[in-house]
Amino acid sequence: MNKISSRFPTRLKIKNGYVDMTHGAGGRAMAQLIDELFVRHFDNELLAQGNDQALFNVNSGRMVISTDGHVVSPLFFPGGDIGSLSVHGTINDVAMSGAQPLYLSASFILEEGFELAQLEKIVISMANAAKAAGVPVVTGDTKVVERGKGDGVFITTTGIGVVPEGLNISGLNARPDDAIIVSGFIGDHGVAIMSSRENLEFETEIVSDSACLHDLVADMVAAVPTIKTLRDPTRGGLASTLNEIAQQSGVGMQLNEDDIPLRPEVSAACELLGLDPLYVANEGKLIAICRRQDAEQLLKTMHNHPLGQHAAIIGHVVEDDLGFVTMETSFGGNRIVDWLAGEQLPRIC
Amino acid sequence: MCLALPAEIVALSNDNDTATVSLEGVKKEISLALVEDVAVGDFVLIHVGYALNKISPQEAEKTLALMAEAGVLETVPEGVKDEIR
Amino acid sequence: MKYVNEFRAKDLAKKLAKQIAREADPSRTYNVMEFCGGHTHAIFRYGVQDLMPENVKFIHGPGCPVCVLPIARIDSAIELAEHHRAIVCTYGDMMRVPASKKKSLIKSKAAGADIRMVYSTQDALKIARDNPDRQVVFFAIGFETTTPPTAVAIKQAQAEKLENFSVFCNHVLTPAAIQHILQSPEVRQIGSVSIDGFLGPSHVSSIIGSAPYAYFAEEFQKPVVIAGFEPLDVMQSTLMLTRQINDGRFEVENEYTRVVTPQGNKKAQQLVSEVFELRRLFEWRGLGDVPYSALQIRQAFADFDAEKRFVITPSTGRDVKGCECPAILRGAKRPTDCKLFGTVCTPDNPQGSCMVSSEGSCAAYWSYGRFRGAKTKSVKKAQVA
Repeated sequence: MNKISSRFPTRLKIKNGYVDMTHGAGGRAMAQLIDELFVRHFDNELLAQGNDQALFNVNSGRMVISTDGHVVSPLFFPGGDIGSLSVHGTINDVAMSGAQPLYLSASFILEEGFELAQLEKIVISMANAAKAAGVPVVTGDTKVVERGKGDGVFITTTGIGVVPEGLNISGLNARPDDAIIVSGFIGDHGVAIMSSRENLEFETEIVSDSACLHDLVADMVAAVPTIKTLRDPTRGGLASTLNEIAQQSGVGMQLNEDDIPLRPEVSAACELLGLDPLYVANEGKLIAICRRQDAEQLLKTMHNHPLGQHAAIIGHVVEDDLGFVTMETSFGGNRIVDWLAGEQLPRIC
Repeated sequence: MCLALPAEIVALSNDNDTATVSLEGVKKEISLALVEDVAVGDFVLIHVGYALNKISPQEAEKTLALMAEAGVLETVPEGVKDEIR
Repeated sequence: MKYVNEFRAKDLAKKLAKQIAREADPSRTYNVMEFCGGHTHAIFRYGVQDLMPENVKFIHGPGCPVCVLPIARIDSAIELAEHHRAIVCTYGDMMRVPASKKKSLIKSKAAGADIRMVYSTQDALKIARDNPDRQVVFFAIGFETTTPPTAVAIKQAQAEKLENFSVFCNHVLTPAAIQHILQSPEVRQIGSVSIDGFLGPSHVSSIIGSAPYAYFAEEFQKPVVIAGFEPLDVMQSTLMLTRQINDGRFEVENEYTRVVTPQGNKKAQQLVSEVFELRRLFEWRGLGDVPYSALQIRQAFADFDAEKRFVITPSTGRDVKGCECPAILRGAKRPTDCKLFGTVCTPDNPQGSCMVSSEGSCAAYWSYGRFRGAKTKSVKKAQVA
């Protein structure tokens, strides 16, 4: 049970309250915001201590640290919000090294005038995501910027984790003949975001796939410790992530369009807007690269996990100095799947 | 060119000015200002939020049939030239 | 998706590929110009060229309204937002096209101009209703497919007395462009570009019908096949063109019968002729001044003409030095012939419209086709699929 501090004469007026400059000034107002909003909802021992840092023991071994800034707009979208996204995203980044995530920190940059009720919603969402993942937010920071200088709220989360012995997972490891696996349907998140943007309104049942993948990863590395690469295809989509890895490892890739899991609805929404699903963001998917002989085993393991039910082998790594990612289209011809250039905008032509 | 997509009309507005179309469950409201006599169940070509034309199911079948003939023809059969006009 | 997936079927593609190979005469080449950017996009995205025999080649035409819009017009749109402080509504395609002084709509927006991307003219009307104290200008671009929606918006604005709404009109006409290409020196006199037939635009034709192309077929003795949008349509139409070329015929044929009729969409045509009239001259990027190739708003709707409402500085914007967009748009050069291609000019840093527009030859070639020329012998033959 968490105790609301009795330092403050009155409770924070969340219902009709707004963020103002005092909430970032370091004084009583800020302390109250932290106490009655963040500490209350994140609800863990370390945070409740009230220090500027969180102190914990470290088991010997290799550790990873990862950080992510979250600026998504709109703040709330089908299947999630900036809060849950910030927790899932950083946990996933940590998990992509094969690590077990331990703790999160969260830094908030709030815009003057932002509704406290909205902020609370976001914080509760974060707290729920953290609890479900078993990874608490143990320290944080709050700053306030003047009206017009922020987009409501920006959240930066940093996560740390421990990598079990015997794993060597990196984007440098892909080699010719390795299998390329994706954990499920691509494009859900980006389409969910687009569907809630102004002037692009369309009705759809598609929701963001935002989710924590560390549990799935734990199963995967236990079954196939020789996994070479793990990465989650967020901004820029599957195509961008594969190009990154191809470049890092100095290899090429050959994909098969027919094998890439894609929901018909997502495909239709992309057609409508003139977008290519390969470049649309995902927030609950991962790419795994493993030795060809391990692929079946890895796939089986993934299929047994709710977040990997629709995992599929989508292609193989090939030798290619130039690092091209190519794809045999469902039509039979071949095309390259390039880096994303600029930002993918809906088109009419 | 012009990105236009076939979509099914699933609902008409009261004044028949707009319709809701569905593409694999993705729904969008579009304007009917450029077409006439559309009914629920018709397929229309949509472009920048407007229905441009109705799609003829019969012609679609014919075109697919023509395509399917390819690859099994040794020479262009008599009468094909007239058919494809 | 119905009427989409059936026209992308792999098994039919194989059949058509075989048939085209059978009927294409190995002693000659077949140069097919696909006029429309949508076809360029389909050809590259699905790898249709891979399925063609060696002697059937696609030449990419200027059918990309984004590509052919001169820099000066984009400068004017930016001026409307920056100087006249209007809310400028534009389709997504125009956002990244380079204008003069290294500007673009997206950069101008980043610098604070109120430029908003819309999906439909209806969205622009809504913005005008929601912002009665601001001027709202719709940046209208596109061929005959995209023109009727603008006509509808102007009529609606007039009916609603939406006084703060106006249109900056840049609609262009397809037949005029085709004619201009066929009359260009490279085609007519020099003969360096040989075009044996045209794949006619799918959706422009759904509006104007198949009738208007008869003139070209006769006058220039080139066959035209109006081709649907999907890759199978492109292949079937190429087969039909091959047959015409073999027979020495130059007729207008319609492959896209499920949408295109000889007379087209009369309702849309009437709306367009009610609201717009021909401009005597209009500059096309790459083609220079083309007579009777573009539309302007009629006097009856002058109140909604942004060019009459605002004083717009005539711009002298010119293409970047070395940019070969003009020649590429005419089919006279390939992207790889341009010195800037792949060096200075890339999708991340486009110098000309051919690279920005997702259907521009250069963008398509970069995204989908670049690797063919670049593959070196270091690519392992035992490539696993």
